[in-house]
Amino acid sequence: MARAVTPRRKALNTALAWAIGLLIFFPILWTILTSFKTEAEAIASPPLFLNFDWTLENYAVVQERSDYMKFLLNSVIIAGGSTLLGIIVAVPAAWSMAFVPSRRTRDILLWMLSTKMLPAVGVLYPIYLLFIRLGLLDSRAGLVVVLMLINLPIIVWMLYTYFREIPGEILEAARMDGAGLREEILYVLTPMAVPGIASTILLNFILAWNEAFWTLNLTAADAAPLTAFIASYSSPEGLFYAKLSAASTMAIAPILILGWFSQKQLVRGLTFGAVK
Amino acid sequence: MATRHFRSTARLMMAPAVILLLGWMLVPLTMTLWFSFRRYLPLRGGDLGWAGFDNYVRFVTSGAFWPSVQTTLIIVGGVLVITVALGVVLALLLDQPIWGQGAVRILVIAPFFVMPTVSALVWKNMFMDPVNGLFAHLWRFFGAEPVAWLSDVPLASIVVIVSWQWLPFATLILLTAVQSLDREQLEAAEMDGASPLARFGFIVLPHLSRAITIVVLIQTIFLLSIFAEIFVTTGGAFGTRTLTYLIYQRVLESQNVGLGSAGGVYAIILANIVAIFLMRIVGKNLDR
Amino acid sequence: MGQITLERVSKSFGHTEVIPPLDLTIEDGEFCVFVGPSGCGKSTLLRLIAGLDDITSGAVLIDGQDASDVPPAKRGLAMVFQSYALYPHMSVRKNIAFPMRMARIPQDEQNRRIEAAAKALNLTDYLDRRPGQLSGGQRQRVAIGRAIVREPSAFLFDEPLSNLDAALRVGMRLEISELHERLRATMIYVTHDQVEAMTMADKIVVLRAGHIEQVGSPLELYRTPRNLFVAGFIGSPKMNLIGGNEAARHDAHTIGIRPEHIDVSEDGCWQGTVGVAEHLGSDTFLHVHGTGFGGTLTVRTTGEVTLAHGDTVRLLPRAGRIHRFDASGLRIV
Repeated sequence: MARAVTPRRKALNTALAWAIGLLIFFPILWTILTSFKTEAEAIASPPLFLNFDWTLENYAVVQERSDYMKFLLNSVIIAGGSTLLGIIVAVPAAWSMAFVPSRRTRDILLWMLSTKMLPAVGVLYPIYLLFIRLGLLDSRAGLVVVLMLINLPIIVWMLYTYFREIPGEILEAARMDGAGLREEILYVLTPMAVPGIASTILLNFILAWNEAFWTLNLTAADAAPLTAFIASYSSPEGLFYAKLSAASTMAIAPILILGWFSQKQLVRGLTFGAVK
Repeated sequence: MATRHFRSTARLMMAPAVILLLGWMLVPLTMTLWFSFRRYLPLRGGDLGWAGFDNYVRFVTSGAFWPSVQTTLIIVGGVLVITVALGVVLALLLDQPIWGQGAVRILVIAPFFVMPTVSALVWKNMFMDPVNGLFAHLWRFFGAEPVAWLSDVPLASIVVIVSWQWLPFATLILLTAVQSLDREQLEAAEMDGASPLARFGFIVLPHLSRAITIVVLIQTIFLLSIFAEIFVTTGGAFGTRTLTYLIYQRVLESQNVGLGSAGGVYAIILANIVAIFLMRIVGKNLDR
Repeated sequence: MGQITLERVSKSFGHTEVIPPLDLTIEDGEFCVFVGPSGCGKSTLLRLIAGLDDITSGAVLIDGQDASDVPPAKRGLAMVFQSYALYPHMSVRKNIAFPMRMARIPQDEQNRRIEAAAKALNLTDYLDRRPGQLSGGQRQRVAIGRAIVREPSAFLFDEPLSNLDAALRVGMRLEISELHERLRATMIYVTHDQVEAMTMADKIVVLRAGHIEQVGSPLELYRTPRNLFVAGFIGSPKMNLIGGNEAARHDAHTIGIRPEHIDVSEDGCWQGTVGVAEHLGSDTFLHVHGTGFGGTLTVRTTGEVTLAHGDTVRLLPRAGRIHRFDASGLRIV
C-alpha cells in the first residue's frame, strides 16, 4: 500500500513517468509512424511527426519483395513449437525439483542455468556440421529443437519457481485422496499452476521469436523466420527508411499485439519468476 | 518403501530434461574441443591433421584477441550499469501513485518485445545515421555538428542500443521488488528520523539487492552472447568486435574452424569463470 | 475396521533421529490425540502413519497388515491438513468428489455421498463455490467432508483447528467430537493444545522430543501424570511445581499441586501476597508471591472474590492432591 500523496506531487510524478515512458517507447512509435510515410517524407528535414500523407504503400512493397506470410509462419511454428516442446519436457522435471527435492536439486538447477551461459558461437560449427549430416539445415524442425534446448533451462527454472509457490500439502492431500502421480500432476498441479505456465509460455515464445543467432546462422530460404526477414534489410536497403520501418513494424507487430492482450501474465513472466 | 519408490519416479521424470541438456552441452563441446586441436579449413582442403596447441596460441597472440575481450567486458559492464541504475530510478518512480500506471508500464516494457535485429536496424538508420538520423536533425537544430555515432563512438552507441532493449527487464524486476518492500519498515525509519536519502541507502537498496543480483545474472547470460546488434550495426568494425563476434568471423567468414574452435574454447572458459562467480551469488540467494 | 499399530517405528532425517523406536497401538474406533510442544515429533508420527514420509525402521500395521511399503493413496486413510489443503481450482463439490473420482466410484454413488456429507456438515448451500469464497470454518468442513466420503478406516487430523479463531475453534471441536460419536471410526488427532486433547480424546499420547512420555485417558493423565513433563503439560492453568524444603517435607524432590486444588482459607499452611488477580467472572486466578517457595503460586478460586494486588492470603492445599516426583522427574507412587 502506497501512502497517500498530495495531488500536486501525484501530478508531478505522473508527468515525469509519462515523459520517461514515452521517451522509452519513442523509437517504436517513430518506426510505426515512419512506416506510413513516403520515402521522401521519411527523411525530410526537419522530421515530420504527424503532418504527412499517410500511405500503406510501403507495406505493399515489402510484401511484394519478400513473402512476409512465409516468414511469419516460420516464426510462429519455430517459436511456438520450441516453447511447447520445452514445456512438455520441463513440467515433469520442474515438478520433481519443486516437490521431491534432493540434496542435488539446487546443483542440477544451477547447472541447467549454466548451460545457458555456454556461448553459442563456441559450438556454432559443430551444430552446423551436425545439422548438415542430419539434413536439418534450413529446416523448421531443426530450429524448433535448438531453440527448445537453449530455452529449456529458463523454462525449467520458471516452472520450478512457480511450482514452489504451490503448497506441498495440497499435493499430499491429493496423494492421500488416492491420486497417482499422473492424476496428481494432471488434475491438481497443472490447473493450479496455469497462470505460471502461461507466463512461462509467453516469455519463452517471445525469447524464441526474437532469437537471432541460431535463426540467422542455421536458415537460408525455407525455414527463415522474421529475424532473417528483417536482417535482409540491413544496408543498403536500410537507407529506405519507410520500407525499413514497414518491415520492422510487420516483424514486431505480432509480439506487440500478443503482449498487449496478455499484459498480466507477461509482466509476471518477464521477471522470469525470479521475484514475487 | 512407499515414498522411496516415489523418489525414484521423481528422478526419472527429471531425466528427459537432464539428458537433453547434457547432450546439448557435451556433443558439440566435444566436437569443438576436437576441432580446436586440428588444422581444419573446410574450403582449403578440410581437415589437415593434428595441430597441437597451435590454434590456441594463434588465437591469443592475434592482435584481435585482447581487444575483443575488452570490448565484450565494456559492453556487458556498460549495459549492466546503465540498466540497473536507470532501472532502480524508474522502479521507484513507477512505484509512486500516478495516473495511468498500467499504460506507462506497457510503454516502458515495450522495447523487450522488439527483436534485436529490428532494434539494431532502427537505431542504426533512423536515429544514429549521421545524415538523416533523428539525432543528426536534433544536433543540427541546436547548431551542433552531427555525430557519426556508430563509427565515432561505436561502443557507446551499441551500449545504448542494448541498454534500451534490456532496461524494461531490469525495471520490471526491480519494480516488483520495490513493491514487495514492507511500508512499515520505511515508516519506522521515518519515525527514527532517517532522511529520504538515508531511507533509500539503508532500507530500499539492501531490500533490492536480491533483485539486482537476479538482473545482473540473467542479463549477463544474455549479454555475453549478443550477436545480432553487432552483426547488423557495425559488422564488428570500429572496435566493436566482441569475443563472440571474433569467433564467428573466424569460423564462418574466414572458414578457419580450427582457429575458431580454439576461440570457442576460450569463450567457454571465460563464460564458465563468469558463471561460477555468478552462480555463487545466486546460489546463496536462491534459498532466501 | 481401523486398528493401527506401530512396531518399533523410528524416523531419522539424515543423521538426526527425530523419533527413536516406539511402540503404540490405536484401537479401532478410538479417538487418539497426539499432543506435545512444537517440534516433539507429533506431526512426523502422523505423516509416518499416513505414508507421506518413510519410516526409517520398524513397521506400521493397519488392521494387522504391514502397510510400511504401501503408498499413502492405498492405505485407506483420510487426512485433514492444517492448511485444509483444498484444491483452489475446484468447487466444493469437486473437492469432496476428488477422492471418489480417484477411486472410480460410480457417479450416482458419488452424488449420494456428497449430498449426505454436505447435509451433515452444513455445506449444501456452498457446493458450487470455490474454496477461496469460503470462511475458515467452512473450509475446515469441506476438508472434513472430503475425508468422510472416502469412508476411510481411519481419519488423520494434523492440527486442524490451529488456523481458526478462538470462538470457531470451540465450535469445530464439538463438531469433530460429534462426528466421532456418529461414525465411531478411528481418529488420530495431532495438536499442541492440551485443551483440545483433554476435551476430545479417548486416549492421549503425550510426546516430547520423539519420545512417548505417557499414554492414557484424559483423566488418567490429569490425575496421575507419570512425570514432571506430563504434569506441567496437562491442565490449565499449569500445575504449580515446588522444590526445596517444602518438597522435602513430603519426601520428594519436587511436589506439584494444581491451582484448582488450593483453597484460600484462614487456616491455610502457606502464606503469600497477591501479585495479580485475574477475574474471569466464573473463576479468579490469583498469582501469589512471597510464599517462600521461590516463584509464584497460581491459585484458582471462585469467581467473585474481592482479593486484589497487595492483599495477603493464606492458602490450603487439598489433602491427597499433592503429586510427588523424584530427582529424575518421575512420579513417586
